[in-house]
Amino acid sequence: MLLEVNEKKGRNIMEDQLIIGGKEIKSRLFLGTGKFGDDHLIPKCIEASGAQIITVAMRRIDFHTSQENMMQYIPKDCILMPNTSGARNAEEAVRIARLGRAAGCGDWVKIEVVSDNKYLLPDNEETLKAVDTLVKEGFTVLPYMTPDLYAARRMRDAGAAAVMPFGAPIGTNKGLRTREVVQIMAEELDLPVVVDAGIGKPSEAAECMEIGAAAVLVNTAVATAGDPVRMAAAFGKAVQAGREAFLASPGAVRQYAEASSPLTGFLHEA
Amino acid sequence: MKITINGESHTCQAGETLLSFLKAEGISPQTVVAEYNGSIVQMNQFGTTLLHDGDSLELLRFVGGG
Repeated sequence: MLLEVNEKKGRNIMEDQLIIGGKEIKSRLFLGTGKFGDDHLIPKCIEASGAQIITVAMRRIDFHTSQENMMQYIPKDCILMPNTSGARNAEEAVRIARLGRAAGCGDWVKIEVVSDNKYLLPDNEETLKAVDTLVKEGFTVLPYMTPDLYAARRMRDAGAAAVMPFGAPIGTNKGLRTREVVQIMAEELDLPVVVDAGIGKPSEAAECMEIGAAAVLVNTAVATAGDPVRMAAAFGKAVQAGREAFLASPGAVRQYAEASSPLTGFLHEA
Repeated sequence: MKITINGESHTCQAGETLLSFLKAEGISPQTVVAEYNGSIVQMNQFGTTLLHDGDSLELLRFVGGG
């Protein structure tokens, strides 16, 4: 049984492509741009990590404080993915998505519908409604969701380009606490599963990739690290290593020891 | 005349366009997304969007986010 699963998963890394919304994505690390102490670090982190898909948010202009245009920090060859953070229902998410597209940054959107401010858990039902509307309007839609296979299938049927279950609540750096469900989603769904939120360390990003995730989205883990640029580079490598490990099919887990060295030809043998 | 911008009341002169208002506020129009009385205004229409008393404007921009 294990062999069967491994054979199914084993693929040639040369043919390993990530296609989302009809585009070949070069990096399996997606990077968020929030919480950076200094926005000048953003392009350096993008470069160090190799990330190509970059998330941003939209907010009202504050007339009382001077604000920099953060778009100047995002290299032009990146795919910009505005999120709909701040949306509490499908209607608000759709409104934010349309505004993001009007700003001329393409048609990718990360749907984020949250009405719980303590844990920021996404509302799958409202998210699905937003996916449905925005796909019909020609957006490339990546919903941030509570891990759930059936909800993910509905997102796929509505035309989502990928699904993005959380590993742990946003900004917690707790790691892949939803491992079982995410692994099942990665195995059962025929569209990319991107683990978004909660991933705190590169080893956890590698773990996501080892169990079959197509990509990982991180923000807090990089932005709040002591050295964000170095951490960004570490995440880039971890995601690559994890992907290669997945493609290589890890060996079986056993209960008892099994010697790696031959068990014959010892000195003490008669 | 008075218009509501991002939920706050602002005073502006009659005949002002969205573009002239933004320039007067020192905001680069290229960085702004606008919703005028509930409808999105494309950037190339900022200069022809005339503001009227009682209008409602939402002005947004991109910020860092995950």
